[in-house]
This record gives sequence, C-alpha cells and structure tokens, in this order.
Amino acid sequence: MEEGAIPSVAARLALYQRAGGVITPLLTVLFAFFVGGLVVLVTTGKNPLHTYQAIFNGTGLNWFFPWVTCSDPCTPATNLQYTLLLATPLMLTGLAVAFAFRCGLFNIGGQGQYLVGAVAAVMIGSSFADLSRWSHVALAVVVAAFAGAAWAGIAGFLKATVGAHEVITTIMLNWIAIWIATYLFEIGGPLQDPKQTGVPISETVAESAKLPVFWGDPLFQGLHVGLFIALGALVSYWIVLNRTTVGYEVRAVGFNPEAARYGGISVARSYVLAMAISGLFAGLAGAVDVLGWEYRLGVLDIQISQVGFIGIAVALLGRNTAVGVFFSAILFGALLNGTSTRNLDPEVFRPELASSLTLIIQGLVVLLVGADVLVIYLWQARRKLGLGRKRASVTT
Amino acid sequence: MNADVPVLELRGITKRFPNVVANESVDLDLRRGEIHALLGENGAGKSTLMNIVYGLYAPDEGEVLVRGKPVRIDSPRAAIELGIGMVHQHFMLIPVMTVAENIVLATEPTRGGVLLDTGAAARRVEELSRTFSFAIDPNTRVHDITVGQQQRVEILKALYRNADILILDEPTAVLTPQEAQELFAILGTLRREGISIIFISHKLNEVLEIADRVTVLRRGKKIETLRREGATEASLARLMVGREVLLRVDKQPAVPGEPLLKVDGLRVLDDRGLEAVKGVSFEVKAGEMVGIAGVDGNGQSELIDALTGLRRSAGGTVHLGDRPLQTASVRTILDSGVGHIPEDRHLRGLVLDFSLAENLALHEYRDPPDSRFGWLFPRSLVARARRLLKEFDVRGGEPQTLASSLSGGNQQKVVIAREVSRDPSVLIAAQPTRGLDVGAIEFVHRRLVEQRDAGKGVLLLSLEIEEILSLSDRVLVMYEGELVAELPPDVPEEELGIAMAGGGRQEEAA
Ligand SMILES: Nc1ncnc2c1ncn2[C@@H]1O[C@H](COP(=O)(O)OP(=O)(O)OP(=O)(O)O)[C@@H](O)[C@H]1O
Ligand SMILES: [Mg+2]
Repeated sequence: MEEGAIPSVAARLALYQRAGGVITPLLTVLFAFFVGGLVVLVTTGKNPLHTYQAIFNGTGLNWFFPWVTCSDPCTPATNLQYTLLLATPLMLTGLAVAFAFRCGLFNIGGQGQYLVGAVAAVMIGSSFADLSRWSHVALAVVVAAFAGAAWAGIAGFLKATVGAHEVITTIMLNWIAIWIATYLFEIGGPLQDPKQTGVPISETVAESAKLPVFWGDPLFQGLHVGLFIALGALVSYWIVLNRTTVGYEVRAVGFNPEAARYGGISVARSYVLAMAISGLFAGLAGAVDVLGWEYRLGVLDIQISQVGFIGIAVALLGRNTAVGVFFSAILFGALLNGTSTRNLDPEVFRPELASSLTLIIQGLVVLLVGADVLVIYLWQARRKLGLGRKRASVTT
Repeated sequence: MNADVPVLELRGITKRFPNVVANESVDLDLRRGEIHALLGENGAGKSTLMNIVYGLYAPDEGEVLVRGKPVRIDSPRAAIELGIGMVHQHFMLIPVMTVAENIVLATEPTRGGVLLDTGAAARRVEELSRTFSFAIDPNTRVHDITVGQQQRVEILKALYRNADILILDEPTAVLTPQEAQELFAILGTLRREGISIIFISHKLNEVLEIADRVTVLRRGKKIETLRREGATEASLARLMVGREVLLRVDKQPAVPGEPLLKVDGLRVLDDRGLEAVKGVSFEVKAGEMVGIAGVDGNGQSELIDALTGLRRSAGGTVHLGDRPLQTASVRTILDSGVGHIPEDRHLRGLVLDFSLAENLALHEYRDPPDSRFGWLFPRSLVARARRLLKEFDVRGGEPQTLASSLSGGNQQKVVIAREVSRDPSVLIAAQPTRGLDVGAIEFVHRRLVEQRDAGKGVLLLSLEIEEILSLSDRVLVMYEGELVAELPPDVPEEELGIAMAGGGRQEEAA
C-alpha cells in the first residue's frame, strides 16, 4: 500500500490474507495464550506469566536457550525429548487432516485411523518374534499405514459412490474403531495379553519390532526414530501434493470439482485416494506411538486418546501446509507436555487445572482458526461471486 | 444542486497491482442523467476503475468527487451511502430467498427495531418495480426467475438503497439479445428519472445504441471521451485497440470432407429429470463449422454436456469417426480428440486458485513431458504456459499468476489457448467469445476458422445471432430440445430469429 492511500476494506482483507500465511496463526496463538492467562489469573489468582514460565520450562524448549537458567528440577533434555515424542504422532495426524482438506474433504476420522494403525502395529509387533529387527519394524509400520489407509478409504469410497458426507462417516468410523479395539483387548477379549489376564491390555511388542531410541534413555521415554518417519511424511506430503499427478488432481478437486471433472479428472477416484492417503498418515501415527514408546495398547488409552482429534487443531493452525503442520504439532506437543502433571509444580498450578489449560488453549485455537477460516471462506465466496480478486501469488 | 457539476468525477486515478498498472491517471466525469459507456480491451482496467468507485479497491493516487465534493470511499457501504450502486457481472443473490428478501438484505426495514418488516419491504419493492416498469413480482424466489430478471433484481437492489449513480459491469454478457433489449428499455427509463449510469460493455453496437458519451481506456490509460454522435463501431474499435480491427470474419468457403462427429437420435435429461434434448441428429464434417443457434435454455447446454461426457445421455448414439462415444468418460472423449471450450469459465473452464501454468495443463498434466510415471514436472507446465500466454496474447499474467487475478477476458483467452492448442479433431466451442473485446474476438474467430481450414470439425454454440451467422457454414436451430431447422449462413437475421422462436417447425413440415 503506497503511503497516503486509504486502505479499503478489500485491500485490508487482501493484505491480511497475504500476510495471513504466518501472521494469523501467530496472532491466534497469542490470543489463545492471553485468554488462557486470564483464566489462570481468575482461577488461581497467581501471575499468569509465572505459570507460563513454569509450563515453558516443562516443555524442554528451554533446551534451545541453555544460557537461560531455570529453577529445580530442571531437565530440559528429558523434557524436550518428551515434547518431541508427543509431537511426532501429532505431525502425522495433522497431515491426515490436512491432506484430505486439500481435496475439499474434512477428515474428522484421524482418531479412528490412528487407532486402527495402532492395533495393526501391536498385532504385527507382538507376533513374528523371529523376524530380524528392521524387517519386523518395516512390516509393522507398513501394515499399520495400510490399515489406516483402508479405514479412511471406506469413508472416501462412501463419499465417491453414494455421496455420504465424510464428516458423518468418519465420525462413525471413529466409534467403530474405538469399540473394536476395546473389544479386542478388554479382559477376556480375543487379543488380550494372556500373561496378565487381569489387565485389559494387549500383548507387548517384541524387541525386534521396537523403534530404536536415538536420544535419551531408552527405558524412560527417550526419543525414538519415529520422529524421522514423521519428518519424512512431512516432506512426502509436500512432494505428493506439488510434484505428482495425484497431488495435482487432489488440489484441482479441492479447489473446483466441476472444473476437475471437465478436465477429465475422476473426482470419485480423487476422493478415495485422498482419504486413503490421509488414513495412511494417521495409521503411521498409530504405528510410531506403539512401536516407539508405548509398546502395548490398553483399553483405557484407547478410550481417552486424543491424538487424532488434536490433529485437527494442528492442521487448522498449520493451514494445511507441511511447514505449518510441523510447527503447530510441536506447539501442541509442548503444551501437552508442559501442562502435564509430572512437569507442573502443584504449587504453581493445581494438577486438575493444568491439563484443563491445555484444553482451553486448544479449544480457543480451533475456535479462532475456525473463525479465521470462516472469514477467508466468506471473502472467497464474495470473490467467486465476482466482487474483488485474490492476490496474484501462488500458495502451495 | 448545480446541474453542471458532474455527479461523479474521477481525477488522476492510478492503481498499481504487483505485475501491472491497472489504471494510470485516469480522469472521468459522469453527468446527471447520462449513460456513460466505458470501453476498453480485456485488461484495460475498466473493472478495476469501477471497483475503486465502489470502494472495493483503494486508489494509489488520485481523487474521487461525488456531486462536486471530494470523498473517501473505503468500502461498498460508504459507496452506497453516497448513492453509488454497482451490479457485478456475477450476481450476488441468495437463490432460496424471495426477490424482496434479497433486496432488503443489507438495509432491512425493521418493525420496532428487531423484527424484519418484509411486508413493508415488499410494498416498497413493488412500488419501485412499477415506477421503472421492471415487471418483477417481489414474492417469487430468485431461483425461479431468469438470469435477465435476476439482473433486474440487482438493479432494484441498488435503487432500493437510493442509488442515483449506477455502475453496470458487462451487464449484457450474460443476457440473450432479447433480454439485452429489455435491459436497455429499463436503462432508458432510469435515465429519464435522472439516474446516471456507467455501462461497461464489449459490444460496440450496444454502446452506440444507448450511450450518451463513451470513454475509451487502453492499457490503463484514458484515450478519449467522445460523444456517441459521429462515432462508429469501426472508430471505437480503432480507439480501443489502437489499430484497424476486422469486424467481419473474413474466410473462404468451406471444403467439407468426411463426417467426423455423428450424432444420432441423442436424448438427454436435464437436472430435474425432464427431457431437455429430444432425439437430436446431426453431423459435423471435417473442414466445416456448424453453428447451433437458439434462445438460451432450449437444450443446448445439455446437448454439449452429453457430447463431452459430462452428462449421461438417455438414448441415441454419438460417434467420433467410427468410435462410439455415447457412454465414454470425459477423459476418453478428450483423449480421442474432442476439444471443449465450456460455456462458463468460472464454473468449469478454470480452477481459479490454480496458477495459469496449472490451468493450461488441465488436460495434459498426465502425459509426458508434463509428467512421467505419476511425477509432475512443473518446469514443463511453466514452459507451455510461457509459450501459450505469448501466442494467445494473454495480458496481465505470468505462468505463476493465479487465474483469479486475470481480467475476465484474459481468463477466457486462457481457456481458449488450452483447448485450441491441443489441436483436437472436433472442437466444441460454447460461447467462445463471451466477455472478449473486439480485438480478442477477431483473434478467436480467426483461430476457429483456422481449425476449420486445417480439416478439423468445429461445433459452435452461441447465443449471438451475428456470431453464428458470420462464422458457421451451416446453421442448426435448436428449439425446445429439437433441431427445428437447418439454414445456410446467408439467411437474413430475421428469418433465423423466427426459427429460433419456434417458427421453423412448420417450415420443416412443409
Ligand atoms: N487483484 C488483482 N491482482 C493483480 N492484478 C489484478 C488484480 N485485479 C486486476 N488485475 C490486473 O489489472 C488489469 C486490469 O484488470 P481489469 O479487471 O480492470 O480489466 P477489465 O478492463 O475489466 O478487463 P475485462 O474486459 O477482461 O474484464 C489486468 O491486467 C488484471 O490482470
Ligand atoms: Mg472486467
């Protein structure tokens, strides 16, 4: 905008949108923290900055600023390992939402796809104990990924054939996955660990199927190589979308299905493929959690796990880009870790409140990002109707 | 108020976009009660200038005066408050709501401040519609009225908010010739009531018919403002383009060869399941251009959808050479050598959020050299785009530019570039020159004739009688889903008009 000119509403919005790539998510997060801080102030009467300081120390992110001292107990390396451990599956479930989004589909089913992947990984991981290490890992990972893909593919197939809305079908598939997994491992369930008949839990993954830990204590939640699987997935996500014909089709269908159809692209096929690829990412998330550090699946975990749902917030905040998903997964991983009861001094914050703070911030982010998406959506609808035009740069 | 003061005056308006200067110190004055036409090539900056007046863009330099006073218009709301109304080429109505509801949407009259007083609104709308003889029932739902009527609703919407300056951006591009005449009658009434109108059009005959004065823009600059008296189509075209333009297509007689496209007894259902195409048979031969004339909504769109695989046919056959295509997929039809310039570039022709390079590859991205074994080579897409944008004189865009930021006419050129450059053996062109300027129309017409002369078949569908007659070697008339007449291209326009209105049936029976 040249100096002296009055920015019109349109110009302001266009500017906002152009800069929005980085600025809006940052503002969103800041605002969420601000509101979270007010909640802290009202509920505990303590200075929110101190609370956030404590949370920050708990995330291990201070490892990157070794010159800043922190009070006891101060174990930045261990904390950072745990933060990244939590961020790893979030990157993958974030991608699961993001990929479908690029095809115009809202995949709420990351949780179910994640569970199906986890179940597949635990089944393969706890059998075939005579396989060599890498082939066992590879087999478990691949089967889990395909299980997730098949599970999400069902929703894609229903969308493509009978037009069933993917939001409805993926939610239904979530519940089916949760209850099947519960049935499998509950006491008396067909796959419950026969060595401890009183505990509703699966068998333990064999040593040969465990992902090696490369940083930290392998016995105490050190960081496993699953992080590299997630980083590889982020790179693949970008490559598939921008450098393959499948990605071209998915994006075309996502932007304008009618033009895609006119261009000879099979919209139905794109829906199935996009969902399957999404499910593949979520299935991988299940595999890295099971093979990387959980090693077994308990009914309780199955019932309370949120990894797939947080993936929705990760994708929304990360604006469905690979880089965005990376950073927002780390943010959410850090939040989960920093507010977990093991890290927060009960003096600073009562444990029940601490985990609620994560939920508050997570909820606000989804709400605000949702509002932001809504603004852009309305703006684009306006543009489609012929009022203003969008900027001339390329976003992918 | 002093009658000499222009109701709207623009002084030295400049607007820059990243790649182009869309307006460069443009001056313009609009007098009370005049129809002022804005002419210019595609991308000359007409829409941009009007969007500035309507508060959608802020000018980088220059000032806007309304009734002699400098004003700052920073939103459409501000424009409306100043009495400026704008009707965009694409309407912004909510189909499920009634005419009255749509009109009052932004300025609801309320009863006691809360409840929407639709009764009062409907009365006011009816009153307005009577004053200006709009012939619109305020209580019908928008999805039940024609495009021409929807446009009148848009105009009513502006009048309802007391606009006395009305901007119409290519209002006739979406109208049939009959509807355009009705619109002109309305504009005449508005002018008599003292409303000032800015009218953008590419159709020079329309401009000469209704405008009092004409301002011509070329590449962002104002070239001249002249009175209608003394202007001719040729002189306006020369001002716009900066050179002589052939307004008549110049072509040799066709030398038809083998039949390429054979359609036999084709039946097609529309979205409501009614038969829109009722057993149509015709052929397009190599080296021949066949025109399909007809009033909009007589089954032409459904016919084209069926020929291109976008809609299943309900019966009959379609052959390309010996190859049956009536049940083939879009992809198969495209691959077997059919090209398709779709009617609506925003609905189908373009993925607006894709770059021009990606749009130009819409059919070929899956073949080498664009891709191999599923790998896409963006460099190849960009190279093609660079070549085609130059060859087809698309202005205002690089290969990486998003399609949505091109001007309407340049978007159309992108579609045409893609379809013609594939060199299909049969090219189906639906409204190929919609929204194009005279120079670009000349160019597209020449490309279509070249395709024909190269021994390809061209099926041309247009709502413009003149375009059909000047390009086609044979004219088929479609009426209520049937082909009711076949006429030679030298038939008088009136006779074609009669056939289009259903008068051809008896002729055929005789
Ligand atoms: N939002 C935008 N961003 C970048 N460039 C733009 C934008 N809007 C318009 N332009 C460019 O400004 C120039 C003028 O565009 P404008 O839409 O005003 O043309 P126009 O005269 O209305 O043409 P047409 O007859 O084709 O509709 C074009 O080169 C166009 O590409
Ligand atoms: Mg325009």
